[in-house]
Amino acid sequence: MATPMFRFDPVELPPEALVLRAEVRDFLKEHQHLMGFSKSSFNRDFSRAMGKRGWIGMTWPKQYGGQERSAFERYVLIEEMLAAGAPLSAHYISDRQSGPNILRYGTEEQKQFFCPKIVAGELTFCIGMSEPNSGSDVSATRTRALKVDGGYKINGSKLWTSNAHRSDYAILFCKMTGGGYDETDRHAGATQFLLEMKTPGVDVRPVLNLLGEHHFNEIFLTDVFVPDDRLLGKEGNGWNQLTSELAFERSAPDRFLVLFQMLREMVRMAGPTPDKATAAALGKLISQLATLRSMSLSIAGMLHEGLQPNNESAVVKDLGTRYEQDIPVVARQLFPTEPELEAVETYVSMIARSTMNAPRLSIQGGTREILRGIIARGLGLR
Amino acid sequence: MAIRDETRMLLDSMTRLFEDKSTKQVIDRAETGEFASSLWDVVAETGVPLAALPESAGGADAEWSDLYAVLRVAGRFSVPLPLAETMLAGWVASSAGLELSDGAMTVGPVIGSDRLSLVRDGNGWLLSGKASRIPYASHVARTVLIADGPDGEMAVALDGTGDAEVTPGKNIANESRDTLVFTRARLAADAVGSLGRGVSRGGLYRRGALARATMMSGALERAMDLAVGYAQERVQFGRPISKFQVVQQNLAVLAGQTAAAVAAANLGIEALGKADAEHETFLIGVAKTRVGEAATLACEIAHQVHGAIGFTKEYALQLSTRRLWSWREEFGSDPEWAARVGSFACANGADGLWEMLTS
Repeated sequence: MATPMFRFDPVELPPEALVLRAEVRDFLKEHQHLMGFSKSSFNRDFSRAMGKRGWIGMTWPKQYGGQERSAFERYVLIEEMLAAGAPLSAHYISDRQSGPNILRYGTEEQKQFFCPKIVAGELTFCIGMSEPNSGSDVSATRTRALKVDGGYKINGSKLWTSNAHRSDYAILFCKMTGGGYDETDRHAGATQFLLEMKTPGVDVRPVLNLLGEHHFNEIFLTDVFVPDDRLLGKEGNGWNQLTSELAFERSAPDRFLVLFQMLREMVRMAGPTPDKATAAALGKLISQLATLRSMSLSIAGMLHEGLQPNNESAVVKDLGTRYEQDIPVVARQLFPTEPELEAVETYVSMIARSTMNAPRLSIQGGTREILRGIIARGLGLR
Repeated sequence: MAIRDETRMLLDSMTRLFEDKSTKQVIDRAETGEFASSLWDVVAETGVPLAALPESAGGADAEWSDLYAVLRVAGRFSVPLPLAETMLAGWVASSAGLELSDGAMTVGPVIGSDRLSLVRDGNGWLLSGKASRIPYASHVARTVLIADGPDGEMAVALDGTGDAEVTPGKNIANESRDTLVFTRARLAADAVGSLGRGVSRGGLYRRGALARATMMSGALERAMDLAVGYAQERVQFGRPISKFQVVQQNLAVLAGQTAAAVAAANLGIEALGKADAEHETFLIGVAKTRVGEAATLACEIAHQVHGAIGFTKEYALQLSTRRLWSWREEFGSDPEWAARVGSFACANGADGLWEMLTS
């Protein structure tokens, strides 16, 4: 066949991953009181406890605090945590993309400085990428860095930055001003910095989401000084670095396991002997989930082999968000209720939260349209 | 996870064979009701139809996973033969020590509610009941059926269709689907045998469903290949339609559904022989459900991208889409299997759901 096909070869988990699964389940039982759909997802103590177990940065080299464990073990850890609704926010971005980005492009000093702290659960990163006029079009970024004596002076703003108000560092994406970069090249001069959030000139303000909750932030950057040793990678290489960072982001199983607890609740409500229509509606969702999981595991296998499954990750994220957005739609058909966020009944508050959260899923981490554009490029269409 | 070399070689050679021999002319002709005997002869010569049998029974002890992979390729090329049926007939008949045929075989029941029964008649047996929509029954050398005997399920092997009253039928891909009715049909003692371990009517139905799901995943690959290729050739408004974002987005969805279908079919294949019967049912149910869903969405997009040409008999897309629309209903439709998956999950309980998905 002429058309490139996206391959998701089946993967069998190695025995050590199964041993780890049992350990993680025991750990989750001990921390049961912190789990749940509506509990805060940010819990520093939980992250520290995971760090003690060696479960943050677990695939990283030992010299930077990692455990050199396999992509499969990390996959099992993450899927167990997500399915249980564990509070991962304090370390999740650091573990998933900031740390790997530093390990790939950082200096020896940066690796030594950041990675062990991340691994201990002590360092929260946010992603300083989107801006008011730069959403899907990342290259439209207006934040500018000017080379000055001993470092860089940065001006601009960032928007939609999740957890910025609780983060220690941001990986800041911006463009160089001056330096002879070709202004007509949309990716020229792109540069990433490791920005300490308490640097003078960094002003973080909340942006409430439609649930009335504070996850997003706006960051204003006014004459912010970043020293030379906090440049990440190479000046002007930011676009390539960002692309590989986003590949880490999109290959994670978090794109289809966030609502697992709601699916489980729906199975509970259906009871042991549901009518055929109810069983079929649930069976369709479960079949989608089982398939997504197998595809995601296959991606872990590709990462394990050192491949960069960017197209495959885009496919899984696109299918995964569709599945998660369908869950509240199916739920309201099977078990109608008026949604209420603060309801005592678990299901009623779940349907409220999942309905209101649904639009976010196909926007964050690359909109549905952007992902399908990536897939189309993978098919050789653009 | 790496595909074994021998599997790769088998798939490459079967791909070449089907590409070469299962042409549109051959398929069109088979659709008129004439059995594709020359194509069958070439396929039979490879040994693939009975390869799963032990060497002692004339097979090659081949892995079922490899044979299902061949079925995917057969689905890709719309191969108009009872290939899956012959494999499964061999599985049932050889487990019961019944004589096989060198020619094409078929198998049944293929409808969940159809029942056949056997009663003793001296040294032999009397077979009664109905087996509907048996693939290629009018054309095969042997029909292998599972019937209820006095002490449980038994296998029956008939020359041709034996003494059945045959009502020919076909699916919308013009593959023959014939209904067999037996009224106290007399069978010799050696035409009936006890089923071997692990073989049952339920097991046959599961393997049949998985065969269709796997063939569908191949047909989806073909539909996608045609759609992507056509979009790059067809020029409108001064450029190939593949350059329009709205077309690209649709093709991206088609690619995602196709990839999901292949992955889902593989889940079922991996379960074969490893999982217990319940878990095998669950994973094959996942496969038939997910592939059926993908087929519905993908056929719509593949046709939309093709415009009017895809709606003609002349153009090849319909060979794949009419098979997808047929196969998604065979051995249990996706809603039927979804209900089975859902019922299984509910009976298992909410707190066992995660364990069920990860074991």
